[in-house]
Amino acid sequence: MGEDGIEAERLDELLLGIVERHGGDPGRLLQILREAQDALTYLPAAALTVIARALGLPRARVEGVAGFYSFLHLAPVGRYRVLFSDNITDRMLGSGELLDRLCNRLWIERGKVSEDGLVSVDTTSCTGMCDQGPALLVNGRALTRLSAERIDRIGDLIRAQVPLADWPGEYFRVDDNIRRRDVLLSSQWLAGEALRAAIARGAEAMLEEMKRSNLRGRGGAGFTTHIKWESARRATGRGERPTRYVVCNADEGEPGTFKDRVLLTSYADLLFDGMSVAGFTIGASRGLVYLRAEYAYLLPSLLENLERRRQSGLLGEALCGQSGVAFDIEIHLGAGAYVCGEETALLESLEGKRGVPRIRPPFPVSEGYLGQPTVVNNVETLCKAALIAIEGGAWFAGLGTKQSTGTKLLSVSGDVESPGIYEYPFGVSLAQVLRDCGAGNAQAVQVSGPSGSCLATHEFSRRFAFEDVPTAGACMVFGAHRDMFEVARNFAHFFAHESCGFCTPCRVGTSLVAGCMDKIANGHGSQYEINEIFQIHRLLHVASHCGLGQAACNPLFDTLHRFRPAYERRLRSLDFAPAFDLDQALAAARQMTGRDDAAAHFNERPLAGEA
Amino acid sequence: MKTILLDGLPLPFADGQTIMEAATEAGIFIPHLCHHPEFKPQGSCKLCTVKANGRYVSACTLPAKDGMEVENNSPDLNDKRRTLLQMLFVEGNHFCPSCEKSGNCMLQALAYELEMLTPHFEQFYPDRPVDASHPEVLLDFNRCILCELCVRASRDVDGKNVFALSGRGIRKHLIVNAESGRLADTDFSLADKAAQVCPVGVILQKRKGFAIPIGRRRYDVEPIAMQVECAPSRTSGEQES
Repeated sequence: MGEDGIEAERLDELLLGIVERHGGDPGRLLQILREAQDALTYLPAAALTVIARALGLPRARVEGVAGFYSFLHLAPVGRYRVLFSDNITDRMLGSGELLDRLCNRLWIERGKVSEDGLVSVDTTSCTGMCDQGPALLVNGRALTRLSAERIDRIGDLIRAQVPLADWPGEYFRVDDNIRRRDVLLSSQWLAGEALRAAIARGAEAMLEEMKRSNLRGRGGAGFTTHIKWESARRATGRGERPTRYVVCNADEGEPGTFKDRVLLTSYADLLFDGMSVAGFTIGASRGLVYLRAEYAYLLPSLLENLERRRQSGLLGEALCGQSGVAFDIEIHLGAGAYVCGEETALLESLEGKRGVPRIRPPFPVSEGYLGQPTVVNNVETLCKAALIAIEGGAWFAGLGTKQSTGTKLLSVSGDVESPGIYEYPFGVSLAQVLRDCGAGNAQAVQVSGPSGSCLATHEFSRRFAFEDVPTAGACMVFGAHRDMFEVARNFAHFFAHESCGFCTPCRVGTSLVAGCMDKIANGHGSQYEINEIFQIHRLLHVASHCGLGQAACNPLFDTLHRFRPAYERRLRSLDFAPAFDLDQALAAARQMTGRDDAAAHFNERPLAGEA
Repeated sequence: MKTILLDGLPLPFADGQTIMEAATEAGIFIPHLCHHPEFKPQGSCKLCTVKANGRYVSACTLPAKDGMEVENNSPDLNDKRRTLLQMLFVEGNHFCPSCEKSGNCMLQALAYELEMLTPHFEQFYPDRPVDASHPEVLLDFNRCILCELCVRASRDVDGKNVFALSGRGIRKHLIVNAESGRLADTDFSLADKAAQVCPVGVILQKRKGFAIPIGRRRYDVEPIAMQVECAPSRTSGEQES
């Protein structure tokens, strides 16, 4: 469809239909662009013009939004768009070789659309299938458990142009892999139970229970939930129609984290109950779920669930038959941007804008979604809130440690026997977790994803808790045979790819650091690059606009301190070596002339380590 | 009277004023590129990073608080600012000797001010074609530092939205409001505020490039730190004379 062109009239009709379905609301721009792309495979310039006109937005602003998100395309793409998940755990399971294998089979170059417009193959940031990787996305649909056989079969299916709907269902199977259940994962509840309990308590008393529970946010930052709720409840709305919002952050993009996926799959009612409890408590009548695009396959079942709740009076005008208590939930899809996990970037994205973090203050609790007081909570936090509504705050506070009450879901992946979800009371030691998941020869664990911290063997006795090792839940385990330099290099490229580009230090610094790591990997590194990394780390840590930039060099800093030999054995000299490689500079000429003989190479001198 | 202590000097401020505004009013220079006294602060270039009560913050966005101790002109901060300038220099294609904005360019002036002697980092050499389609104005994207002043001026003052940003991360770039991507196909005019605010050499009036010879331009005459000004006197150097 794409390159054949689509007549202006049909384009108009198609796009105006989509815009109309969204009520012509410019705030729904991202959702509109997603749907337009679903219909057109990509977003041609003419389509952006039509959408801009229909929404009354400047065209440049629409293009600005479309250009921000990884999964929106402004140029023609293949009819089959294959994106390999590029987390380090996927790589450890052989995703790199599988990508090459598929490219060879399809006779295409990575990152380029095949000449017949059939297919493109590239990588994408972690798709959240680390416990059942290697994984990939085809036209946005998640595939798991790739193997050489499966890749060959996928190549055949693409070449035969078999529609995705007719591919073997097994390819799309996503398992929960729950390995250890504690109070949340083993709880028995009926849909609406938590909400009824909260209504029975009353909003003030519910807030009191939240306070008693001392629940802290499970998304990573660990902010005390009742303070957020109370601030939003106390804040007054703005404008002619003041209101409040509850937003669920289901943009689980931190590489190595997949616990929210499991909650959204099998505990959605608990989540929606939690959101309704939050809405009831702070006086909000609308909730929004921001669901990462990689989990779009969950949308149909989530929407069905919401519809079921409306039918049974758990959503809508009179919740549980209480007139005056109204709450409904809407789901927005992301489009491939890790930074949208930052709560203010998420709000921008929800408003149909580029996902750029806002200047804080003001904080979302006073000025959030559409400028109204908004509580933004992680999926797991809201599920915990639902449990607190049922069981009470004191019960919850009795679990875990004093400063870190309750339990925590851990997403365990990497070199372990049983990757999956483990729920523990806070305070559990890393050693305990490693024993339970069968991590025999671990040399390091990346806790809480690339923006968290890397712990080595001598630190395994440390405990997961805000007072010791805080975590959003990811544990990526690296066996003794893994190269920690390559782990850090993978993370450096992740941050460079995901930087929103708003502030100078993060935009440029993350690319510079990725460049330093590549230079070291290519055998041109020296102590100079290591000093550079430290210098850039110090700058990004203090001068970046948001947590992404502030944390971007953490994995390098951690691994440089704990696994320095992994870097040093790659260094060409301990002083300085130029990045310019004369032989590499001839590569383009070699490719163009089809030559690869000895005379087409310039071998300056053998690399260090080569005899 | 509420005051902040800027490098030990007490400065009065009014409620709601930022550190930058308080400093500017007192005639004290805090390096900046994306800040402009006439526009809403945006805090993206981070050149104005200062230390307020021990925390690194952007002076242009942080409201002043009574008794706040702010460190501005210190080796540590100027060192960080120099690194940020170097990042901006290697990210784009900045060749001062051949640039017609030389002497009127804030990026260049700050590089002199902060004694940036080399770009230090490896150059990115991005491919950024110029747009010469407009009869009166040339757009040389090679020099864009993504400060969004033209975006803000066109949107907030001209009411036109001629400029916007697209892309993400290191691929973020300035675009214009036309399906063709050409400035000539927008409603941009030389009389727009957006034509006056570029701190570097992206938005250039054609045929006027060297009306004032290099050596007699704004920052040739006096260093940027000596030219602290409040709203609304500032314009880009060229149009001022």
